[in-house]
Amino acid sequence: MCQHEDMFRRSANDRVLTGVAGGIGERLGIDPVVVRLAFVVLSLAGGVGILCYVAAALASRAPDVAATPATSPRASTMQAISVGLMVTGVLLLLRRAGLWFGDGIVWPAALAVLGSAVIWTRGDDADRARWGRLLSRMPATVTDQVSGRGARLRLLAGGGLIVLGLATFLTSNRSLGLTANAPFAVAAAVIGLAVIFGPWVWRLGRQVTEERRERIRQEERAEMAAHLHDSVLQTLALIQRTDEPREMVGLARAQERELRGWLYGKAPTAGAGDSLAAALDAVAADVERTHRPRIEVVMVGDCALDDGVRALVHACREAMVNAARHSGARGVSVYVEVEDDAVTAFVRDQGVGFARDRVPEDRRGIAESIEGRMERNGGAAKVLTEPGQGTEVRMRIPRART
Amino acid sequence: MTVRVFLVEDHALFASGVRSELGDGFEVVGHAATVAEAVEGVRATTPDVVLLDVHLPDGSGANVLEQVLASNAEVRFLALSVSDAAEDVIAVIRAGARGYVTKSIAPAELADAIRRVHEGDAVFSPRLAGFVLDAFAGSTPPPIDPELDQLTQREREVLRYIARGYAYKEIARELHISAKTVETHVSAVLRKLQLTNRYELSRWASDRRLV
Repeated sequence: MCQHEDMFRRSANDRVLTGVAGGIGERLGIDPVVVRLAFVVLSLAGGVGILCYVAAALASRAPDVAATPATSPRASTMQAISVGLMVTGVLLLLRRAGLWFGDGIVWPAALAVLGSAVIWTRGDDADRARWGRLLSRMPATVTDQVSGRGARLRLLAGGGLIVLGLATFLTSNRSLGLTANAPFAVAAAVIGLAVIFGPWVWRLGRQVTEERRERIRQEERAEMAAHLHDSVLQTLALIQRTDEPREMVGLARAQERELRGWLYGKAPTAGAGDSLAAALDAVAADVERTHRPRIEVVMVGDCALDDGVRALVHACREAMVNAARHSGARGVSVYVEVEDDAVTAFVRDQGVGFARDRVPEDRRGIAESIEGRMERNGGAAKVLTEPGQGTEVRMRIPRART
Repeated sequence: MTVRVFLVEDHALFASGVRSELGDGFEVVGHAATVAEAVEGVRATTPDVVLLDVHLPDGSGANVLEQVLASNAEVRFLALSVSDAAEDVIAVIRAGARGYVTKSIAPAELADAIRRVHEGDAVFSPRLAGFVLDAFAGSTPPPIDPELDQLTQREREVLRYIARGYAYKEIARELHISAKTVETHVSAVLRKLQLTNRYELSRWASDRRLV
């Protein structure tokens, strides 16, 4: 599963558009903010950055959703500078190649973006510790966020670069006569502010999400611990106090049933739901608890309970109890299939079986009650058995037309 | 003839239990607890049958199946799990396992299942038969490839008997056919299950987390 290791995955956790920048950042150990800014600057060079981004998105693999949210790699200012130099080199190349929006736009933008990168690359270990604390306490000020070595210095230098970029932009476009245009100047200022504060707002948003995710995780863990304590641990304690093997198996089976129900989101077996499957499961659990056979229920399809289906469930119960008490078999197989026009049920054991004409009175009564009950509800039941051949009770009830 | 068995199981207690239960006629040639160990170990020992846990710490049983079958197609797999969730069952079967049994299976039945998988048969537990019947139930939408997307009447009958707890021999007696024919039907169902593109199958398995 490691043959694609050389390709990078888009990031599932750190994404603005598709997670490409986050993925590259994770792969190379660079702050994704730097990667994003590099894409922005390159986009100004005739849209090359956009092409690169699309190509990277296509080449990358889908994010690994199961991956635990990784803390974004921290980057040194050195790395930011090296990426900046690479971008500058590429820009110079593209300028020569003619893929260019003009000196008056690209260089000021590059300066401003460089400033932003200087401010927002994360510094050192102090920052990690801060991240830990941020999960419990929301920071409110910019100086709290711009952290690491020489935070203040970086803030000043970055801000200076951004202002310089804006100034260059305004002066170099003087020929267009735009400096006199007040709305344009305001727009430039807004862009400047966005470049300075944008990453901060973005990061704040990420922290809120992360904090919430962590809280949900903790709540889930607490709920699970509480449930396991109430059920599994109690049953294990009971099993340790029991000497009777049959009793142990019974306890283990009941607990298994309950735990499965909980894990797979089914209603607890104690209260029968209003579907056939739920009712049948409840009945099987109940018979298992009282008579301790192993009952395997296989269902195909499901339907709502009406009088006929309820009668079928009762008859199945009689058949299960019967098998548990008299057959001597370890297990009972129950198979119920819901078809368009009818529901069929089979309760089978591989026990001793019996001869129909030589059964004790009480047992014949049960067989009669199964057959009688089904017939009264418009269905049919048949008990197939031979001494030594096991027993199978076949039942069928037509479904009410809806 | 001794069947050479490889155990892929991360639960040490359960693994040693199976080891001691198998007894005569079986030789446990290796044991692995992770996907990586399992792939390496199975390739090195080329066992007859791999007993494969569905959930492993670093992946799923289906990962092991895919990697081993790519290089050693002759190795047969019997999936073994505590999970009865439909999606797990369907995933390992579609990845190439020849059968699926739950961990609560009795020792004698497990030995029998391993032997049958070794002989090339498919091993369907009642629950797996129920899943398959459920997955192939209904005729809508019209199947794209009727050969693969539908069960024949006979296959359906055989699966119903399995779901009702009948052994192959008993099914053969009920249907007046040979046990070999029953096995042929079950193998055909296994093949359909692995090859069908019936699009509900994956959806069905994911929203039906049967227990």
